[in-house]
Amino acid sequence: MRAPASELPIEFDSVTITSGAVRILDRVTVTLSPGAPTVVVGPNGSGKSTLLRAAMGLVKPSLGRITWAGRQDVPPQRRAIVFQRPTMLRRTAAGNVRYWLRSGSSATQQHIGRVQELLDLVGLAHLADRPARRLSGGEQQRLAIARALARSPMVLFLDEPTASLDPAGVKAIEDIITTVSRRGIKVVMSTHDIGEARRLADEIIMLHKGRIVEVAPASTFFSAPKTAEGRKFIAGELLI
Amino acid sequence: MSGDVSALTLLMRGDAALLSIVCLSLVVSLTAVLLATLVGLPAGALLALVRFPGRQGVIVVLNALMGLPPVVIGLAVFLALSRSGPLGSWGLLFTPSAMIMAQTILVAPIIAALTRQTLEDVWIEYRDELTAIDIGPAGRVVTLIWDARFSLVTALLAGFGRAAAEVGAIIIVGGNIEGFTRTMTTAIALETSKGDLPLALGLGTVLMAIVMAVNALAWTARRATERWIG
Repeated sequence: MRAPASELPIEFDSVTITSGAVRILDRVTVTLSPGAPTVVVGPNGSGKSTLLRAAMGLVKPSLGRITWAGRQDVPPQRRAIVFQRPTMLRRTAAGNVRYWLRSGSSATQQHIGRVQELLDLVGLAHLADRPARRLSGGEQQRLAIARALARSPMVLFLDEPTASLDPAGVKAIEDIITTVSRRGIKVVMSTHDIGEARRLADEIIMLHKGRIVEVAPASTFFSAPKTAEGRKFIAGELLI
Repeated sequence: MSGDVSALTLLMRGDAALLSIVCLSLVVSLTAVLLATLVGLPAGALLALVRFPGRQGVIVVLNALMGLPPVVIGLAVFLALSRSGPLGSWGLLFTPSAMIMAQTILVAPIIAALTRQTLEDVWIEYRDELTAIDIGPAGRVVTLIWDARFSLVTALLAGFGRAAAEVGAIIIVGGNIEGFTRTMTTAIALETSKGDLPLALGLGTVLMAIVMAVNALAWTARRATERWIG
C-alpha cells in the first residue's frame, strides 16, 4: 500500500467564505506549516471555527483558494478534526475508536492493539466498554481526540477543545495536546482563552471579524503585539 | 367454533381452527412487515440522505401515504389481481399471498416515512463527524441504520401494529375463506356481524395479547441492548 502524500503545508490564498450576506472569513491569507502548535485566537464569531473547517476541507471558499501541499481538493486522509461539541456514535468508547480506525486505511488485525493504545493515550482505557454517550464532557472530548488520532493524521485541528471543561479537564486535554505535538503531529487549535494560548502556542493567528489581524510567533505576540486588537486581547479587555 | 366457548379457552385447548387463524394472522402480518422493511428501510434512508429536486414533495406524499385507507388498497390490489387485471394471470386473488401484498403496500409507507424521519435526525447529529472522515454514501446509510436501530424498531412495531389490526384490505383480497384466508381480524368482523360477540371479544383479546407480547419483547430487547452499548 502506498503511503498517503503529505497534506502540509496548508495554504490559504486570499480566502473569503460567506454565508448569505455575511463574510465569515474575509480575504484570509495564511500558511499552516509542519511544526509546533498553532493557536487561532479571537473573540466569538471571529471566524476561528470556520478557518479550521476550511483547513480541514469541510467548507469551500467562496473566493480564493486553499491548497494542501500545493494541491487543491485533497480528501482528508491525513488530517483530522475534533469539533467543539463532538458527537459520540451510539457505541462504546472502544467502538467509537474502532469506527474511526476502520474509516482509515489500517489493516483490521491491527485494530485491537491500536484501540487500546489510543485509549491509553487519552486515559480512557478503563472506560473502553462504557457507552460513549455516558461519558462526562471531558471524557467525551478526550475520546474525540483518540478517535481523531486513529486516522494517523499529520495535522490535527481542535476547535476550542477545552471550552466548558473544569480545570482538571483542561489540564488533561492540554497534556494530550502536548504529547501529540511531541510525536510530530501538527496541532492547529482555536481558543479564546488567553492562558491556554500562552501555555500551548508556538505560533498565534489572531482573527477579528473574519480577518487575520496578526500572525506571529507566540513569544512575539505576547511580548509585543503589533495591533490594537492584539493588545486588547492580551490585556483581557473586551474585544467586540 | 361455538359462541359459548371463549376464544381464549379454545386457544388453550389447542383448537385447530382457531390456531390456524392465529397462525395465518401472524404469518401474513409478519411477512408483510418483513417485505415492507426490505422496501421501506432503504427508501427511507435514501430520502433522509440524498438531496434531489422534488424531495420535499416526495416526503409530503410519503407522509400522506401513512394514512392510506385500507379498503382503497384492498380495492386496488383486488383490481390488479382479478382475472381481468394486469396481474390476474398470477392467480393470487383470495390467497394469503394477496393479503400479504395488500398489507405490504399499507405498511411500507409507514416504515419508509418513520425511517426517513429517524435517520434524518441522526444524520443531522452525525453529518460533521462522518463528513470529516470521508465516509461514502453507502457507509453513511449502514452507520445511520445501525446507530438508529433502537428507534427503527419502533418504526417496525408501528408497521406491525398497522398490519395486525388491519381488516379492510385483507377481507377484500382474501375473501375471509374459512381455513384458508381467515385471520383474527376478519374472523372478528364475521363473528360480530353474526352476533357472536363473546367469540369476537375473545378473538380480540387474543389479538391484543399477541400485539402486546410482540411489543413487550421488542421493548425488553431494546432496553437490554441500550444498557449494554448506550
